[in-house]
Amino acid sequence: MMRFLLLPLAVLLLSAPALARPGPDEIMEDPALEARAMVLYRQLRCVVCQSQSIGDSNADLAADMRVVVRERLLAGDSDAEVRAYLQQRYGDYVLMLPPVQANTLALWGFPIVLLLLGGGMAFFFVRRQAQREETELSAEEEAQLAALKREEGLE
Amino acid sequence: MSRFLVFAPLALFLALAVYFAVGLREDPTDIPSQLIDAPLPEFDLPPIQEFDEGLSSADLTGEVVLLNYFGSWCPPCLVEHPMLMQIARSGEVPIYGIDWRDPPGAGTAWLQRHGNPYTRIGDDASGRLAIEFGITGAPETFVIDREGRVRYRHVGVITQDVWRETLRPMIEALREE
Repeated sequence: MMRFLLLPLAVLLLSAPALARPGPDEIMEDPALEARAMVLYRQLRCVVCQSQSIGDSNADLAADMRVVVRERLLAGDSDAEVRAYLQQRYGDYVLMLPPVQANTLALWGFPIVLLLLGGGMAFFFVRRQAQREETELSAEEEAQLAALKREEGLE
Repeated sequence: MSRFLVFAPLALFLALAVYFAVGLREDPTDIPSQLIDAPLPEFDLPPIQEFDEGLSSADLTGEVVLLNYFGSWCPPCLVEHPMLMQIARSGEVPIYGIDWRDPPGAGTAWLQRHGNPYTRIGDDASGRLAIEFGITGAPETFVIDREGRVRYRHVGVITQDVWRETLRPMIEALREE
């Protein structure tokens, strides 16, 4: 059963980069700039498709945004300047990776808080279990245990 | 302490439930405009076919105006169109249009068929200017004050309610300034 599922899955995964590639007419002449453009395409969000980067989307607006990326690269902008250019026009939303700042503190901080909370609870729980094992039986409990063992014929 | 900890998952669940109940009600397509209170991007667009005058940023200063991004390919624009015609007929506020990503002649044909509510129209065939405006989809409408600053952006169709309750009062308030 698994084998039947694995093949289509592998085909899908292998074809993903091919699907994501912008059209052949969009490739920049300078291979260094093209490589930077490809990275930037994946870092910028297509504002009409919500959860796709402009590199993954074939929406018209995504194509227009890729044009702007290439235009800024040709104008000599650094990668950060290209991102800032679109951020200025579309806001933080256009960045696939949200910047760490006051209004994203909960977003970035929550996993850490959860980890500390869960880790702390696990730590206390494990330690308590360990402590419990170490406690010795009282004389009364030893006598009860001996009686039970006798009853079961273990001794 | 341990008795208190037992309730931690429940408390966490309740906190998340409230957070998502509020958060998921928000419209994810409503991306706040970066242009609010900022001057218009400078532009000088050519006219669409069969029109003599294009549209430049200088045309939009001096009085309170609406700037509407539309396209003949955009079904919601057709839904909005009768409202724009009504506003134009009432003469309450001039509406300027930018024809977004239309092939040559398509915008003109669309306006000939449905009527032209626009004082002047610019042709943004490449969609390059739309990015300067931070457009995420058509139709989008900006309220621009006398100094040529963007004061409000409405994403989507202008309905009677939007016009009555939001845009008209805002235009009147901006005229008082």
